[in-house]
Amino acid sequence: MADTRTGIGAAVRRKEDARFITGAGRYTDDIDQAGQAYAVFLRSPHARATIGGIDAAAALRVPGVAAVYTGADLAADGIGDLPCGWLVKSKDGSDMIQPPHPPLAVDRVNYVGEPYGVVIADTLQAARDGAEAVATDFDELPAVVEVATADQADQIHESVPNNQCYDWELGDRAATDAAFAAADHVASLDIVNNRLIPNAMEPRAAVGDYDAASGVHTLYTTSQNPHLERLVLAAFVQVAPESRLRVVSPDVGGGFGSKIFVYAEETAVIWAAGKLRRPVKWRAERSESFLADAHGRDHVTKAELALSADGTFLGLRVNTIANMGAYLSTFASSVPTYLYGTLMAGQYKTPAIHVEVRAIFTNTAPVDAYRGAGRPEATYVVERLVETAARELSMDPAEIRRRNFIQPGDFPYETPVALTYDTGDYEASLDKALQHADYQGFAARRAASEANGNRRGIGFSSYIEACGLAPSQVALSLGAGVGLFESAEVRVNVTGSVTVITGSHSHGQGHETTFAQVVSDQLGIPIDDVEVVHGDTGRSDYGLGTYGSRSIAVGGSALTRATEKIVAKGKKIVAHTFETTDDDIDFEDGVFSERESNRSMTFAEVAFASYVPANFPLDELEPGLSEKAFYDPGNFTYPAGTHICEVEIDGETGVPTIVAFVAVDDFGHIINPMIVEGQVHGGLCQGIGQALLEHGVYDEAGQLVTGSYMDYCMPRADDVPSFTVDTTVTPCTHNPLGVKGCGEAGAIGATAAVMNAVTDALGVKSLAMPATPETIWKALGSAA
Amino acid sequence: MEVTLSVNGTSHTLDVPDNALLVEVLRERLGLTGTHVGCDTSQCGACVVHMEGRAVKSCTVLAGQADGTDVTTIEGIGTADELHPMQEAFRECHALQCGFCTPGMIMAAIDLVRSNGNLDEQAVRDGLEGNLCRCTGYHNIVRAVLAARDNM
Repeated sequence: MADTRTGIGAAVRRKEDARFITGAGRYTDDIDQAGQAYAVFLRSPHARATIGGIDAAAALRVPGVAAVYTGADLAADGIGDLPCGWLVKSKDGSDMIQPPHPPLAVDRVNYVGEPYGVVIADTLQAARDGAEAVATDFDELPAVVEVATADQADQIHESVPNNQCYDWELGDRAATDAAFAAADHVASLDIVNNRLIPNAMEPRAAVGDYDAASGVHTLYTTSQNPHLERLVLAAFVQVAPESRLRVVSPDVGGGFGSKIFVYAEETAVIWAAGKLRRPVKWRAERSESFLADAHGRDHVTKAELALSADGTFLGLRVNTIANMGAYLSTFASSVPTYLYGTLMAGQYKTPAIHVEVRAIFTNTAPVDAYRGAGRPEATYVVERLVETAARELSMDPAEIRRRNFIQPGDFPYETPVALTYDTGDYEASLDKALQHADYQGFAARRAASEANGNRRGIGFSSYIEACGLAPSQVALSLGAGVGLFESAEVRVNVTGSVTVITGSHSHGQGHETTFAQVVSDQLGIPIDDVEVVHGDTGRSDYGLGTYGSRSIAVGGSALTRATEKIVAKGKKIVAHTFETTDDDIDFEDGVFSERESNRSMTFAEVAFASYVPANFPLDELEPGLSEKAFYDPGNFTYPAGTHICEVEIDGETGVPTIVAFVAVDDFGHIINPMIVEGQVHGGLCQGIGQALLEHGVYDEAGQLVTGSYMDYCMPRADDVPSFTVDTTVTPCTHNPLGVKGCGEAGAIGATAAVMNAVTDALGVKSLAMPATPETIWKALGSAA
Repeated sequence: MEVTLSVNGTSHTLDVPDNALLVEVLRERLGLTGTHVGCDTSQCGACVVHMEGRAVKSCTVLAGQADGTDVTTIEGIGTADELHPMQEAFRECHALQCGFCTPGMIMAAIDLVRSNGNLDEQAVRDGLEGNLCRCTGYHNIVRAVLAARDNM
């Protein structure tokens, strides 16, 4: 019999799927406005050049071309720079250096694909022809591409000596030095965390509209957080005042971080719509996505782990150079610092940690948050080092982890790198993963592979992450430019159905279902009576959107606070009706009842009474049943788990095959296990992609040589296995649902597990990512 | 040039530029926005439709090539009340998240099942190699196609 439960914990099939599987989804590119014009951007063909002049005369003669705008036009109109939202301070207390970042470059360009102008025409074809006809005079300059040596290279920005944005540190250097001095063994690794290009399947797009009668600008765009988009466009870029700027983010086809940021293109589109008094539409071609979406990762790191002879971790030292690309994208500065250095304790009781990060500019596309954002890079450092130490000390990789885990009795646990973990049981996840992976049987499987001339390896990754970035007070004191709460509004309609308006944004996560489950469960009403609205600044108060696996932990908590207010108000209404006090009213399964009597009112009856307030004492009880809540978390949540990858490598060709992948994760309480599993699967695939397939590569002239799906290797169905996923549960201690966040775990844990397996199979200490067949084949040769 | 094509059972005669793509005709002239454009280079498969019953990437088919053919898009295979078994399987198996690759994935999967007698997991993975999904890790897509195989 089919499971008909719909409350918290049930694998409810998704409400939103009805439109997606029938082709009725409404994405930004599906939106057309009467009389709209089309935008095509002029993009730099050079990694670094000055612009001598832009001759648009021929373009303006192309039939249908309405306008050609350049960076100078935006600047003349008072359009401001694209700001970075997190101020990081260097070791010496000085502020990071934020170079000017005009939406359209004015007199110099700093990466291939940087927009410096836009052609707007009646048709897309005319706009393309117009863009072809623009003659731009560039004076090319030598490009700074290699991040490791960029501090010695030409200075890219006048205001940034040595191309250094900041030089940041976290932890106790003296204590860490002392730990290393006392160590029996030091394991060390040089690590390159490869540049990735996010590649949500829906390319970024924007439709700008301006209504002259009301003076309202409306921007439809592919954003993970439309309120942030509105805030930045109003307060910093100054396109229009916030009260006359509406940002709608309709169905969005994947984000993975890349659609958090405020980009040049939507800025230019909404500005041009006002300038031309007509709607303007733009959709990225995939080649534009490769060139101009913010990229991810791209670290060069030296890391060392100090141990005692019995494998106890004594100290960790990490030195990272983080590539920022040519400009600071919206949250770029926070990724290699507060989302990276703070995670270096992992699941372990390492007593002394010191992390240094230098953020460096290069003539490449800006680098910012990509699924996991700093935490995958931290996990890669910690888990590759732990595996290396186990091998060097001839210890079992599971046992060295077990020996150093923070124990269930240690929580709340204060790490040496500024976080306080609220709860966890790391051994429980490890044990479950070992069972699923049949770790006992691995030696026999390896022997069988070797008998066939192949190699086999197993790799672990016991990751931790910090989700639902919080609390606002702490983040603001550390340089954040925005609060980190979330909003929710629960509007009970007259007939008892409910409209939920959330500041979270779904671009694949299924909030229309999970949020409805939460409300349905808490108000005791059918899930079909709950509609979830998101993605429109015209309909919700304010919200911070969806990133960093924050939606259920922060947005779901706000929702819970709002339903609690609904129930409290409902009790007042019922108490008034029954002429008793609200303390005497219970609420359960959608029914308000008077204790010690048989009188009760259903949720729908209370809703109706609230809007038909026949005899409410209006000085004590307002009509209506609609409540809002803003929830600011007390702490991060800390999902954690163990991933185990088993890989077989063809002894002749070097082709790696993932023969088994086990992920056991602790996400606290789970609202919809089907959706959670789906989130894990997708993350694992991206983590595997980083390890084996994906790499954003620039040549020495700064040309992106992986600018299409022919050159950038996306994981395809035949590149990945079916996954074994399971969970353990330690409920989050500080939010009302006991939930943690599951969106990024797969991408955070998987990469290290794969590379630990590949290096185990090959018997090498380390290998560059992606571990392509060619890379592996060369290593087979050198190891033989 | 003038082209006549049947789309989801309705005949259309349209005057289109010589270089018009089938996907442009579907989306912009006929308003069938369920067919998506994800890469413009026939790599991602978000634009897959059926032409004469076989899966094609409509971003690399000229409208002129579709002259005189029967075209079926995601809008033409089932309704919300009467889903195609592949649509139903995608919903039941949670084989979609953001939904952007889904129409092309479903259209490709239907052709895959129709054209192959004995699909197993590896054959599904190989057969969907031309359709990219960034959300699901393919795990549930493979489950859905195998489930629909038994119901088609």
